[in-house]
Amino acid sequence: MIRLLRRIFPHPHLTFLLTVVWVLLANTGSLNSVVFGLLLGIIIPFITQPYWPDRPKLRNWPMIAEYMLIVLWDIVVANVTVAMIILFKRDADRKPCWISVPLELRTPEAITVLAGTITMTPGTVSSDLSAQGHCLLVHCLDAPDPDAVRDQIKQRYERRLKEIFE
Amino acid sequence: MTFIFELLIAFFLVISGIFGFVGSFGMIKLKDPMSRLHAPTKATTLGVGGVLLASICHSVLLEGKLSLHELLITLFLFLTAPITALFIAKWHIHRHEKPDDLPDAGEDELWATHAVEQVEDVPDHSKT
Repeated sequence: MIRLLRRIFPHPHLTFLLTVVWVLLANTGSLNSVVFGLLLGIIIPFITQPYWPDRPKLRNWPMIAEYMLIVLWDIVVANVTVAMIILFKRDADRKPCWISVPLELRTPEAITVLAGTITMTPGTVSSDLSAQGHCLLVHCLDAPDPDAVRDQIKQRYERRLKEIFE
Repeated sequence: MTFIFELLIAFFLVISGIFGFVGSFGMIKLKDPMSRLHAPTKATTLGVGGVLLASICHSVLLEGKLSLHELLITLFLFLTAPITALFIAKWHIHRHEKPDDLPDAGEDELWATHAVEQVEDVPDHSKT
């Protein structure tokens, strides 16, 4: 029974996500759009299944919610900080720099989420990955103390992503 | 009551306007290309977020129907903005940075952009 369900729903999270996205796109909660969304949510994972060879297992759902809230909050706070830097700080006083963040994460999905988070939180842009994917190159808009930025990325984001993905 | 709702919506719109402006202003004020890259990735987050919040509030509070379209825009923005930024950053590294200018890449020694250059010997189009 479970194996049959596995065959029909090879990727339950994707099924759920596609349905939600379709319902949002239609912008009505009618049964019509829910059924069609579910249909898409079943067909698309079924067809694309060979392209998802080893998916990461997501557990720790409370941590995912916590992570999203923290990132949203950080985006708001850091937006204000960056606006202050742009408006009031003289360009000569600003200290842009590159920093290198050694990664403990190994799954590509986790590294992608981390790099995306770093870019979206203002003040830092993730710019490159090292040749074998063991380090992340980050550019800081204004970092008087580069080590503190690196430690914050590792402490705040990477530790939580490690609990989510690995 | 309608007045308070309108005030709230106007507040979100003004917020997004301010951050959109700061993002564009940053493009002019900041001098080096990598710092400039920060400005547009910033305007997209709070600038666009403010408009979307205002739009949701407008449809829920004034028109009385739930519209969550806007969440999709946020979702797609969060998917695409980092990728564009990464492409521009990689282009900048490829063209303007030497391996010695960048910080240590740890055990891998080279950053991916430079490692590819060494392997494939990318043709130089800058002179043509």
